[in-house]
Amino acid sequence: MDMSQYLDIFIDESKEHLQTINERLLELEQTPGDMALVNEIFRSAHTLKGMPATMGFEDLANLTHQLENVLDGIRNQRLIVTPELLDVVFQAVDHLEAMIISIASGGDGKRDVGETVEQLKRIEQGEMPNKPTAGEQLPLEHTYGEFEYHVLQQAKDQGFSIYEIRVRLRKDCMLKAARVYMVFEQLNEAGEIVKSTPPADMLEEEKFDQEFLVTVVSKTPADELRMRLMSISEIDEVEIAAVTVDEPSAKSGEQDDPEPPVSTAIGQVAAAQAKAEAAEKLAAKQAGKTIRVNIERLDMLMNLFEELVVDRGRLEQISRDLNHPELTETVERMSRISSDLQTIILNMRMVPVETVFNRFPRMVRQLARELGKKVRLDIIGAETELDRTVIDEIGDPLVHLIRNALDHGIEAPDIRVACGKPEEGTVKLRAYHSGNHVFIEIEDDGAGISREKVLQKAIDRGIVSAEEAAHLTDQQVYGLIFSPGFSTADRISDISGRGVGLDVVKSTIQSLGGTVTVDSQPGKGSLFSIQLPLTLSIISVLLVQIAAETYAIPLSSIMETALVKKEDIFSAHNQPVIDFRGKVVPLVRLKDVFSVPNASDEGDAVAAVIVRKGEKLAALAVDSFIGQQEVVLKSLGNYLSSVFAISGATILGDGRVALIIDCNALVK
Amino acid sequence: MNTNVQTDWKVIAFRLKEEEYALPVQHVRSIEKMQPITRVPGTAHYVKGVINLRGVVTPIIDLRERFGFAPEPYGEQTRMIIVTLGDVEVGLIVDAANDVIDIPGASIEPPPEAIGAIEASYIYGVAKIEKRLLILLDLAKVLGQ
Repeated sequence: MDMSQYLDIFIDESKEHLQTINERLLELEQTPGDMALVNEIFRSAHTLKGMPATMGFEDLANLTHQLENVLDGIRNQRLIVTPELLDVVFQAVDHLEAMIISIASGGDGKRDVGETVEQLKRIEQGEMPNKPTAGEQLPLEHTYGEFEYHVLQQAKDQGFSIYEIRVRLRKDCMLKAARVYMVFEQLNEAGEIVKSTPPADMLEEEKFDQEFLVTVVSKTPADELRMRLMSISEIDEVEIAAVTVDEPSAKSGEQDDPEPPVSTAIGQVAAAQAKAEAAEKLAAKQAGKTIRVNIERLDMLMNLFEELVVDRGRLEQISRDLNHPELTETVERMSRISSDLQTIILNMRMVPVETVFNRFPRMVRQLARELGKKVRLDIIGAETELDRTVIDEIGDPLVHLIRNALDHGIEAPDIRVACGKPEEGTVKLRAYHSGNHVFIEIEDDGAGISREKVLQKAIDRGIVSAEEAAHLTDQQVYGLIFSPGFSTADRISDISGRGVGLDVVKSTIQSLGGTVTVDSQPGKGSLFSIQLPLTLSIISVLLVQIAAETYAIPLSSIMETALVKKEDIFSAHNQPVIDFRGKVVPLVRLKDVFSVPNASDEGDAVAAVIVRKGEKLAALAVDSFIGQQEVVLKSLGNYLSSVFAISGATILGDGRVALIIDCNALVK
Repeated sequence: MNTNVQTDWKVIAFRLKEEEYALPVQHVRSIEKMQPITRVPGTAHYVKGVINLRGVVTPIIDLRERFGFAPEPYGEQTRMIIVTLGDVEVGLIVDAANDVIDIPGASIEPPPEAIGAIEASYIYGVAKIEKRLLILLDLAKVLGQ
């Protein structure tokens, strides 16, 4: 049987499952007790296991199998989640990722995973890496976070009693969820349920063995509660213990365990609050049905649609000429529908930046551990949408900037404390829309950029001269770090600072039609800001006429347009220049640059488009302005790969092609 | 391009100057009538510009000029043959596109030393079918810079 057609699906799905596992593992690290997370990870791992076995990838199957065993141990509460355990699990996930990538690129997915498998086996057998063994089965118990503690405290003040009720269903119980529901109903009648283990949604889905634990505040005496609960059929046993709440995170319950499960008060609060949200999210996930569509098909759809737009333009023209009321009406209707269609098609190509951002928490966690730093990554605006083509390209530059922030930005914990900063550094990754652009910012509260260091290095490397250096503004100095062959790290590290990188970041972003800037306050941190066009395929342009030819100039590089009188054009070093608001700006005659045939001489005034590249300006002389338009950016094809000062082409309403001018090439 | 001479070829035959040329059908996307071409500045003289081919911007090469023939004004018969080679897609302007012909592999001969006026390096071979002499083009060389 030909497997290749399944291979793509296999790779896509495996990547998705690995992503889920990654995300949930990170959450699990924050809230180690959350069984819902463990279950989700387990399900993903389980699905993942089934796939490679049928596809014949043995190493992959082996490793997932071991991973699943460990997760099963956690799920059955035989194993405790510790950072050390998670390290091994993360390592396994890394191996899995590497194997999937190998398979995706046509490899055999083989990899030496013996050590990791061995480690997982040891963990499964109860040997904790660097941690005492948790041999015995963990009993069900409740710990209370600050939030819950307050609720309980309040209830107590109001004269309620607090009970922990352990309910065991009969082994042969058929309708577990129904019994749980009845128990909850009884308890809700008598009082209020504060917490349950496993959480309510898992109970409803029958994801527990025989036993569950609920904490209830009620004015009903314990005996009566027991009576009520025992009256429900298929209930084997009900144990009720009164609880005294002393302080947050204090454990209660009849058993005194010498070693509490690894959990923090903060984690528990977050878990409690997150639970409701998680339930909502889950519902939302199930509601939003999606299908996979190959991006090429979307491109095809887009191309076909553009053809339709061209024909629409013709139809509109014809209907205007014929002036037939019914035809006019129909064509107008069609125009409206097709513009709705355009919006939908463009939206289909938009993807939330989340798809790029979601690999960063893992990366930051791992890097921070390697560097011995404490770093928190805050992600804001992950739902911001960008065109698929931009998304595909933006990952690597972001990886580099984040690595940079961790390596060069955030200081080691002891230095931070000495500087009076919190031990844990913060990196904020923020995305938001503004106008026709998307901004992605990476902000750290680290050491900032040292003007002196940057200047010294730039002078050493011959990027600027010492004389020039003295006149540079702080902004300009920070901009130097994007120069090729620049690295300010005191020591070359594995993470960044190999001297390549930031200049690559800059050129990648520029190739996407974006810009990157950096601002910094020494001692306070740095802010890298990336500005990107909303979509690569649709841009706003100014259409201009030069003799019989039409060209498009992207609005993003235009400062303004002007009519320049002939007598206001001067000559400097044989180069025509104009005076634009007190600045001398070179005048570039596009008819000469593009050697436009049959170009007429200039009249008394020249139509000029003032364009900008960074700080520098140029005035592009054209014959006339046609107007502003949203156009679809197209490449000139592979045959014409690089044409001077032309960045692409677009198709105009009449079906003709207009070239898009690359202003960066014309501003010197 | 197929190097096995023994296989049969299915080709599109077209006219350029007074001669008949041919390209294998698997490289031919479509044959189009002439339409407005947008000049692209700063390209080779034989690159006439780009057209909008159903939403795809496609470069157009004038085959006459590519082969160094004197340019002729385009007429009713002038056609653009859209060809693909790897990830390159271009249109070739020819005087007229004629028909699709099957050429038995055995009837293809290597190019003679001097054929017509074009350099032999663009030619893969020649084939004589009934009374027609077809010049088989080597597309990779035609599209090479």
